[in-house]
Parts: sequence; structure tokens; C-alpha cells
Amino acid sequence: MSVSFGGDEGGVNLTNFVCTSHHTADIISTVEFNHSGELLATGDKGGRVVIFQQETENKSQPQCRSEYNVYSTFQSHEPEFDYLKSLEIEEKINKIRWLPQKNAAQFLLSTNDKTIKLWKISERDKRPEGYNLKEEDGRYRDASTITTLRVPVFRPMDLMVEASPRRVFANAHTYHINSISVNSDNETYLSADDLRINLWHLEITDRSFNIVDIKPANMEELTEVITAAEFHPHQCNTFVYSSSKGTIRLCDMRASALCDKHSKLFEEPEDPSNRSFFSEIISSISDVKFSHNGRYMMTRDYLSVKIWDLNMENRPVETYQVHEYLRSKLCSLYENDCIFDKFECCWNGNDSVVMTGSYNNFFRMLDRTQRRDVTLEASRESCKPRQVLKPRRVCAGGKRKKDEISVDSLDFNKKILHTAWHPQENIIAVATTNNLYIFQEKVN
Amino acid sequence: MSGEVEASSEEQQEMQDTVVSPEKAEEAKLKARYPHLGTRPGGSDLLRKRLQKGQKYFDSGDYNMAKAKMKNKQLPTAAVEKEEITGDHIPTPQDLPQRKQSLVASKLAV
Repeated sequence: MSVSFGGDEGGVNLTNFVCTSHHTADIISTVEFNHSGELLATGDKGGRVVIFQQETENKSQPQCRSEYNVYSTFQSHEPEFDYLKSLEIEEKINKIRWLPQKNAAQFLLSTNDKTIKLWKISERDKRPEGYNLKEEDGRYRDASTITTLRVPVFRPMDLMVEASPRRVFANAHTYHINSISVNSDNETYLSADDLRINLWHLEITDRSFNIVDIKPANMEELTEVITAAEFHPHQCNTFVYSSSKGTIRLCDMRASALCDKHSKLFEEPEDPSNRSFFSEIISSISDVKFSHNGRYMMTRDYLSVKIWDLNMENRPVETYQVHEYLRSKLCSLYENDCIFDKFECCWNGNDSVVMTGSYNNFFRMLDRTQRRDVTLEASRESCKPRQVLKPRRVCAGGKRKKDEISVDSLDFNKKILHTAWHPQENIIAVATTNNLYIFQEKVN
Repeated sequence: MSGEVEASSEEQQEMQDTVVSPEKAEEAKLKARYPHLGTRPGGSDLLRKRLQKGQKYFDSGDYNMAKAKMKNKQLPTAAVEKEEITGDHIPTPQDLPQRKQSLVASKLAV
């Protein structure tokens, strides 16, 4: 059942969000909160990872407005050249996933198309001073001048955040990595490319197990590719992967070493009379996410978000239209390639609201329990202090009302592909092409 | 979709399809613009292009040159657009226009 925190009793007030932070960046390619929500990591097209930290004005009152400020920046991946195929390997960070915190340091996995790296982020706020043999600047003292002995002590220093690469998991993917997911056992993780999924141990970099392989013997027979994969949040033997044909397969690693045969196949039957050239393309699933409680999973295809009950394979339990007005624009969206855009989706902490992005810097929040939805815009105007985000409306056709935007005026270059929701609070991170916005539900 | 579609004859159904289904109307538009689209197994073509995303270079030398050029893009180069030279004299490497990058074929190309 829904847990009460913030806003109305048990609910989220979708029209009560304000902007608390705004950062400009290189093209953002992934956004992810850590397990406590205190840190927010972003990856960009240039291979950099920027981590933001929540600054609570009043730590004893967690519902105060909080900003996220830059905590650490580091270069995770560099561009490489694949000599065999004469292709460039982009340094763009496709995904970041945090490990649950075990000690003072934080760990995250970041991946580009071919290589996954484990990074350790640690703080240093004191340094030893008073060495006997060295000056403070590091020069060695002349031994003959030393007449007394002292014990070096730790003294406070300005906080320094260091990021160091601890593991590099390379050379295991022929195709482009689209997903990584840390297992609930906190020892293993999976990485998925277009045709294969590999299982790694976090300590071992020189080998990985292949657990799914959908590559046909004859590539001419290729009909679908893997688009996303994720481990179940509690069951360490279960994972799902989605396909470009709109299906989701749930696999159980206890069944066999190679999980080519699925345990469950989730697919919504299609009305054959409605089939068009676009049907398969818009049914391609761009993201799959388990709910926090592990009972449901959500998929995002081009026009909708679907919630599936893990116990029912033949159809989703809920379907939400994200931007149905685009159905009459599919021809131009195919020509400008927008029909291939990969939108992500996310759950809020208690699984009552889901969020996903759209065009024109719009994003949608869909409240499952209160059966309400809202379209909001992430732009400079939304950053006015204390100003609550105003709901937007798109006019599909016919007479345009005041305050509505017509479909033809939408800017398809302004797309919100990556969004994230704080694991406990009603704080959301929304990435437009070059900007990161943090919105928080205003508590009066 | 609505029940009207099922009741009509095939011809009427096609007409009604374009009226009832915006998706089919868009498909008709696309087929009108690109008649050869879909005659080949488009699904696997699209998939194969997806598997081989990324810019192809001739070799690692080509790649490194391109990278260096990108870094120097900030510097104001007085590079004049070289015209094609024919007939007058044997061209030297300086006379030749820059090699264009290999283009990734459009998915709409036949």
C-alpha cells in the first residue's frame, strides 16, 4: 500500500513542484540518484561524470527545500578506436548505476558502448602534518638539523573529493552496451548489449558469463534486438530484458546457465488490422524498470508507458499515453529520426507515480493511485524562485485554446530523455539536452 | 480501434482506415514519398544499421587525423574552399579538396 511521505496524505501533489537547482552541462546522457538520494550522478556525451550533492539547509527537517551542488567531476571514459572494424568507440556515458553504500566511500558503475568501469568516490577532509623527515611542502629535511622528535597529527583541511577507477570491465561486448544493472546480492551485475547479456562479478574483470545470447546463426535472420535489461530489486536470480519488438522476457538464472529460454514472456497482443509500417518501430521498448516493491515493472515505448504485473504475461495492467497527439505525425518523425528516440521512465519512491520525458522540454508525471496526470516544462522560465511549475497542454487538433500549444509548434530538438526520482523524497531530476533541473514538491 | 472498420468491405475499409486511423494515414504519406520503402525487409535493415552505429573511418590514421582536425577547429584557418582542378596541370596534394567523411547511408536510401 502507499506509504505516506511529503505532500498530501500518501499522495504527491503534481502541480506543486518548484525548481531548486539548475546546472548547464555538455549533452547529458544519463541521470541517476544513489540509494539514499543524497547524491545525483550525471553522465555526458564527452565521457564525463558530474556528481551533485544535496545540501539540506536544515538537516533535522528533511522537507526543507534543498539544492544540489557540484560535488565531484571526473573523466570516466575517453574516445577509442576499434581497429578491427575501423569504427570510433564513443566516450558517451550510456548508463550510471550506484552500488549500495558499504563504507565511507561511494561506488558507481559507469559505461560507454564497450567498457564498464567501477569508480570509487571518497572524501578527504584531513591530512597528516608534522612529519619529522619532511617539510610541509614535501622537501626532505637535512637529517643533521633534526634535534627533536614529534608525532605527526591529522589536521583538518578543505574537503577534497577524489574519484579513482577501481575496476575496468572491458572486451566483453561486440555490440553496443545499452544497460547495466547491479544485482541485489551486491556482488554481481549484468551488462546488456544489442544481442547479448553478460554477468560479472564486481571483483573480477578478466572474465564474465554470457547469460543471454539472441544472435542468430545467420545475421540475415535478425528480427529483434535487446533494448534494456534490469535485475529484480530483491530476487537475485531474476532479471528482465526488453526487445525492439515490444516484448519483455523474464529469466531465472536458477533454471539454467544460459537463459536463452525465458521463464515468462510479456507481450500485449496486437490487433492485426491496425498494423502499419510504424507499428513495430513504435512498439520498441526504450526502457524497462522494476517497481521498488518488486511486484510490477514499467516499460516505455514511443507513445506510451505500460505497467505490468509480474504475474500476468498477456497484457499490461495499466497503460498511459505520453503524447498520443504524435500518432498523426509519425511520417515526419520517421523522416527526422525522432521516432527512434529512446525515452527513459522512472518510479517514485512508493511506486505511486511514474515519470517520463517528451518533446519541447515537456515531461509527464502519471499518478497511478489518484488517476491524475500532468505535463510540465523544464526551461529557464521554470526556474523562477518559488514559482510552482505550471501544467502545460498540447492541442492535438481543431481549435487551440488559450495557453495550449499546438502540435506543430513543438520543438522536437528539445527532448527530455533522462529523468530520475529521489528514492525517498519528492525530488526529481530532469535533463534537457544541455541542462539539468532539480524540482522539489513544495511543502507549505 | 472502432468497430466500424470491421463491418465494411475491403475497399471501403481502406478508405475508412485512413479516416479512422491516423497511423495508417501517416503510413500512406510515407509510402507516397518513398515508394521503395518496405519492399526490402526493412526491419532487418534498420536493425543492422542500429548494430553498426558510429562513424566509420578508413583506418586509424584517418581517425586520428579527424580527431586532430576537430581539436584545431577553434584556430582560425585560412583554408579557402579548394575548387576542383581539371586539365590545366597535374594537381599536387595541396590542390585537392579535403576528403569528405564517409556518410552513413540514410535509412530511406534504396
